[in-house]
Amino acid sequence: MELLLFVAPMLRISVPYALAALGATFSERGGVINIALEGIMLNGALAYVLGAWWSGDPWVGVVASMGAGVATAALHALVTVTFRADQITSGLGINLLAAGLTKFVLTQVFDSSSNSERVEGLPAWHLPFVADWPGLGPVLGTPLVLIAFALVFAGQWLLFRSVFGLRLRAMGERPEAGATLGLSVAGYRFSGVLISGVLAGLAGAWLASEQHSFTDGMTGGRGYIALAAMIVGKWSPFGAAAACLLFGAAEALQIQLQGSGFPNELLQMLPYLVTMLALAGLIGRATPPRAVGTPYDPEEH
Amino acid sequence: MSAAPATPTAPAAPREALPRRALVIAAAPLAAVLLALLAGAVFIAAIGENPFAVYALMLGESLGTGYGLGQTLFKATPLIFTGLAVALGFRAGLFNIGAEGQLYLGGFAAALVGATCAGWPAALLLPACVLAAALAGGAWGAIPGALKARFGAHEVINTIMLNFVAFALVSFLGRPLFQPASVRTAEIGAGAVLPRLSEFLPALRGAPANLSLLLALGVAALVFVLVFRTRFGYALRAVGLNAPAAAFGGISIGRTQAVTMALSGALAGLGGINFVLGYKHFFELGFSAGAGFLGIAVALIGRNHPVGVVIAALFFGALSHGGLVINQRVPRELIDVLQGLVILFAISAQVVVERVARRMR
Repeated sequence: MELLLFVAPMLRISVPYALAALGATFSERGGVINIALEGIMLNGALAYVLGAWWSGDPWVGVVASMGAGVATAALHALVTVTFRADQITSGLGINLLAAGLTKFVLTQVFDSSSNSERVEGLPAWHLPFVADWPGLGPVLGTPLVLIAFALVFAGQWLLFRSVFGLRLRAMGERPEAGATLGLSVAGYRFSGVLISGVLAGLAGAWLASEQHSFTDGMTGGRGYIALAAMIVGKWSPFGAAAACLLFGAAEALQIQLQGSGFPNELLQMLPYLVTMLALAGLIGRATPPRAVGTPYDPEEH
Repeated sequence: MSAAPATPTAPAAPREALPRRALVIAAAPLAAVLLALLAGAVFIAAIGENPFAVYALMLGESLGTGYGLGQTLFKATPLIFTGLAVALGFRAGLFNIGAEGQLYLGGFAAALVGATCAGWPAALLLPACVLAAALAGGAWGAIPGALKARFGAHEVINTIMLNFVAFALVSFLGRPLFQPASVRTAEIGAGAVLPRLSEFLPALRGAPANLSLLLALGVAALVFVLVFRTRFGYALRAVGLNAPAAAFGGISIGRTQAVTMALSGALAGLGGINFVLGYKHFFELGFSAGAGFLGIAVALIGRNHPVGVVIAALFFGALSHGGLVINQRVPRELIDVLQGLVILFAISAQVVVERVARRMR
């Protein structure tokens, strides 16, 4: 019972990490580093709040968050794939842009640069059998938890068992090989980045839905932690999801320890320190896709 | 007509009248700034204000008056430090996204030394405070540098994680030190105070620009010498341009990167003294206010060159103060939007300019 009380929040906390890390996997397997996840999540979270607030329907918010995610990711793809600019710097620029843009929109819509009004969260589903499980029932009835779970499996299949996945991975390993097959390197790389936009946008929707509002900077570095999870998970959806459970556990532990007399400020460091430790030690040296980070210039081949 | 010698291969085109190299270097940053201001104009117009009036107001208030100029210089000072920090990293092929946390810790350390050793004479206390800022920032930069050199852990994620850790750490360490019912430390000793520039230039009266600015300019000169005139600077640039070739030439990549990150952190840490020693004379939670992140844009627009960084820092300093001035009419968050746009435009324009320059050769 004790354990179940820990597992439930761990699963909830892991959802945004898993969604964003899955997105990062698609982006990087296609050859584009996506530091912009943080900004995509932030825009997605605000879009959820705006959609849910204006329509009164949280599902409209979810669709809006995916749209905002795709739009933000498209900007990243435009700068990195079309203009072939540096991918990390582009991601950082987008994150700063999103941080400013969300505050700007907040001032215009809610007359505050720090938080929105309260909105509806996603309603839970009452599933037969599962709903009555002690501790876990409510979590497993939460739509985005189930969707995230399904997406991880779908992602693993898509990336490693489908023609699209094979070709996408080729663009991250040897884009010139893909190009000689007559495939569009830019097209596949765009798809990879846009998929990460949908998923990171959804991650933002989940954060905003859980909190029932948008607050300035509410992603709190989760996009970067998701990127670390993808590295720890060695660029595979299953691996990334497993790493996200680890980070989710660290954060759940942090929440559990609050009020236990342990200084709160030190507890706040926990997710970030666990991320650094995982990157440095637990995994040994991770090997990224061979051509990740390198713009593809057809004139050079 | 300029006196620059025409390159023998250059075709006779009218634009060759300008020194070609300066044009190629400055084209992308200038285009980026113009495009960002243009995009900003769209935002301003979208909320029903007149972009020309808003920009004119910004320009007039941030450069047109002595007080405004002083505010611009004050805002530009930490940006010189953080811009140099990010630029130094870039030169070695490293991303120091941790300048925010390094600057934060630097300011905290300076305030700590300044308050606990308040009785020391200025000749001792002031250098001690400045050194504390550099050491604190340097230590914070050394961590991701060492992790990169030892484990190959990517410095982008680690420096960002360390920003969050730094905020939490300072909150924890500072709690017992803060003044009752506040989030600030005690005042530093009189010997640690950096005088305001207005004491020498009365025209700047009221503005908090202080001697940190001169220190920043001096440090920029030092960075120039370090990067372009020393053996270590050669190693640093070689690693940044072509790491395998540098290693083949006998340069230790890991050591060079680790030292560069520590130096970069020290530069950012020094940025903290502008607020702590030169303005408020105490440390306050959240004082860094994005100066570290803005350093990325400063370095990009300054093309990672100390002279460029100083110019870019002045531009962003003017923008920061201008943002406060227009806040009545346009939310100052617009400036944050511009900052992100400048980065995106700068890197895109850079690639385009290089392609055009290659084709014209």
